[in-house]
Amino acid sequence: YLNLLLINSFILLLFYSKIFPYFKIYVDLNYTVPCVRLLNATHQIGCQSSLSGDVGVIHFLESEQNLDWVLNTGHSPPYMVVLEGANFILSSMISFNSSGRVAGVAVIEPNTNLPGDFSPHTQCPNENTGVYTEQYDPAYAHCNRTLWNPLGNGLSYEQFHFPIFSLKDDNDTQVIRQCFQAHNLGVNGSAPEYPLCAMQLFSHMSAVTDTPTCIRRNKIQNDFSISPEKVCDPLGGVNVWTSTRLINNTDKGHKKSESVVIAAARLDSRSFFFDLAPGAQSSASGVVALLAAAQKLCFFFFFQETFDYIGSSKMVYDMETQQFAVDMDNVHSVLEVGQVGLRSSNSPIWLHSDPVSRRNSSVDEETAAKNTNVNVSEPDASQPLPPSSFQRFLRARPLPGIVIQDHQSVYTNRYYESMFDNPENLNMTYPPDLSPDEQFNFVTETAKVRGNKPSCPVTLCTVSQLLYGFLIKSKNPWFEQIIPSDFASRLVDRPTNFYTGVHLQKSEASFLVEYILANLTGTVVNVTQENCKNQRENEDDKDNKYFYSYSWVQGALAPNSSDRQSFCVRSSVRTSPAISPAFDLELLTSSDYSTWTESRWKKITGRIFLVASHDLEMLTLGVGIGILLLSLLLTYIISSKADILFCSGREPTNATY
Amino acid sequence: MTAAVFFGCTFIAFGPAIALFVFTVSREPLRVIFLIAGAFFWLVSLLLSSLVWFISVQISDKNSLSQQKGLLIFGVVLSVLLQETFRFAYYKLLKKANEGLLTLSQEETMPISIKQLAYVSGLGFGFMSGAFSVVNILADSAGPGTVGIHGDSQHYFISSAFMTMAIILLHMFWGVVFFDGCEKQRWWAVAAVIISHLTVSCLTFQNPEYVASLVPTYVMLFLMGVWAFYCAGGSLRNLKLCITCTDKDFLLANHRAR
Repeated sequence: YLNLLLINSFILLLFYSKIFPYFKIYVDLNYTVPCVRLLNATHQIGCQSSLSGDVGVIHFLESEQNLDWVLNTGHSPPYMVVLEGANFILSSMISFNSSGRVAGVAVIEPNTNLPGDFSPHTQCPNENTGVYTEQYDPAYAHCNRTLWNPLGNGLSYEQFHFPIFSLKDDNDTQVIRQCFQAHNLGVNGSAPEYPLCAMQLFSHMSAVTDTPTCIRRNKIQNDFSISPEKVCDPLGGVNVWTSTRLINNTDKGHKKSESVVIAAARLDSRSFFFDLAPGAQSSASGVVALLAAAQKLCFFFFFQETFDYIGSSKMVYDMETQQFAVDMDNVHSVLEVGQVGLRSSNSPIWLHSDPVSRRNSSVDEETAAKNTNVNVSEPDASQPLPPSSFQRFLRARPLPGIVIQDHQSVYTNRYYESMFDNPENLNMTYPPDLSPDEQFNFVTETAKVRGNKPSCPVTLCTVSQLLYGFLIKSKNPWFEQIIPSDFASRLVDRPTNFYTGVHLQKSEASFLVEYILANLTGTVVNVTQENCKNQRENEDDKDNKYFYSYSWVQGALAPNSSDRQSFCVRSSVRTSPAISPAFDLELLTSSDYSTWTESRWKKITGRIFLVASHDLEMLTLGVGIGILLLSLLLTYIISSKADILFCSGREPTNATY
Repeated sequence: MTAAVFFGCTFIAFGPAIALFVFTVSREPLRVIFLIAGAFFWLVSLLLSSLVWFISVQISDKNSLSQQKGLLIFGVVLSVLLQETFRFAYYKLLKKANEGLLTLSQEETMPISIKQLAYVSGLGFGFMSGAFSVVNILADSAGPGTVGIHGDSQHYFISSAFMTMAIILLHMFWGVVFFDGCEKQRWWAVAAVIISHLTVSCLTFQNPEYVASLVPTYVMLFLMGVWAFYCAGGSLRNLKLCITCTDKDFLLANHRAR
């Protein structure tokens, strides 16, 4: 019976082999997350592969000692280096970059966070676009006084000329490991023999050099091509804002006798790899804190800030040029919530402020800490502000303001702007064996610490559910109820991606914040679906659309059915475009505004296969040419003597007449 | 694997066929036409057999391995029989066409002999059959990878190329023998061709034991080659004359050929 089975499989293999030789050769990788190319006014950062993909012999890097094989002694360069997360360090990557023997790198994401720290961001985030420039106060410029992200290694801002992908530790990676162990390890220390296991990665990026170049090429494509193909897109998205006081949205510019306190939080994050930005401590913590306090505040904003303050610079620009519902004269002060997730229950909340503007006594008075029921503390008076949206407001004019953080001085976030800034970083743990719904309702310790403000009647449940929704799964019962049905597919079974993304799309985080804000600050109104979608309360209503925005949301599942009881929510939540003023003003070489763009690409994929030795390939070619020449020679000879050979009293067959 | 392997395998598979085409067929427009028509006939036979195969696979139980195996064997046998049927049909068509051509043209002798037609139609069948066997494999051989990651033999490309070369030449020999048998009413010759074709096709079931399938195929190729040589009018004497190369016949023949 086994024999029969064997024969069957051979035959089936034959059948499939004749029709699909591709599957006998290649194993396509299912989960591939690339590092993409980003450009700004002067540089390009990130990774690039060649147009037809980069091929390299796989080598698993065990430790730094193994580097020598890849860089110097290995017999079959170029190599595709496969690393565990712990070996993904700056010095190795720099040596690969300059080596010329490395075709690419694949990083295996560990299942739990690394024991040490890993921050691929720079040590002084948004160094040149904050308020601390040489003109403002040279003592504070370039993080002279306080280096905010001391653990940063700047890996995200390097330029690599080979592809770098991130892989999960799953079946595909097991296949790679097995292939490597079967073929690429030499026996008894000798060099491994062909065929060797190799990997090919495709991540060709269309844009090159810097932003002015790629924008210029975009223009050329637009003007002269029948089907224009852009090469890059400016980063950005939307800023989400709302006010609990009625503001006429179409009435731009200064509003008489309006004095608002702006409450702000950062809405985006990034990591070394594309679209893999959990941003738990760097942005989600601030977003959740601000959302949880939503009912209490007046005017509040969520900005896209990671890449040189795109969101807040645009908002300040709009306010200054009378393109927003209020202007800078209406702004009384700014209260910003920064990274607040890593606080333990005893430590205070730190209120950071700007020492330079506080030299002005009127600003100083406003800023001085008011009496609160929360355990707050102020850092040293000469410490500058951490990177924050408030800095962009200060660039416009001196304003009182504070930035709330959970650390006194430098960041305590060990994984700032990396793929490890996830719930584990916040010590958010759930007891095992909980179903997703049970996890959703479970109040974690993290939530308790964050939500425990006795003067604020905020439910712990809301904070916990927000944390779950942003950091574990955005597809949960509450989020499903508060979004319109068109966007139901944007909720996913994984953590929310906080990556800023290109300005043409709303990031996952901003889309969620928009509807959560509407749910928390808005009211349910009894309006028909048609009226709701047309932004009015009834057929005659023409004015409400200037003050409110209406959205028709899915609502809860009716019991025992798959239909939802949808309803209309009226709120003042609006989105304003977050694209750097540099693009509107065409100041693409500006150092005052963000000029970040993201390259476009066609194909991101990877596959593994065996490669044969060069000698064998040349031998095949030689044999082929030999056979061709031999047959040409033989045929010529035979055909020239055909009439002798085939003559037997009858007419010749191959006579050359 | 790379461009080197792609070109190497292409030359191995199609080298002899190209040489034959260039030196014996390409200069005569009539031969070219009949070659292409022969290829077309083979194509139609393949279309029919694949139609039957497709329908039978749809009807069958996809999960039963033994059924699928049986269907595969059935498919191969059917395809061989259909190809030979179409070869016979082409023979009949060519006989009729030749008479027609004779009446149309002013000349007394036939512009193309039946032996030449046999050779050319066999080559046409061979070209098309070779193309269908090997083109998809050649396409994948141009990529960076070689067969083997799932444990298959590394020699897939090169053995497919050699098999294809053998099949193309075999089709040519079968054509010559087949038409000769039909002309002389020697039906046992026709049957021998069919049996030989079946044998070679079934030998491919030995893959991936490439030695087991290639060696017998080449033996068959040699045998059929000898038989076709005799059918085409060759003999041992002629061969000896040619090989010695120094007699007057050779010099005279060369002179005449020019």
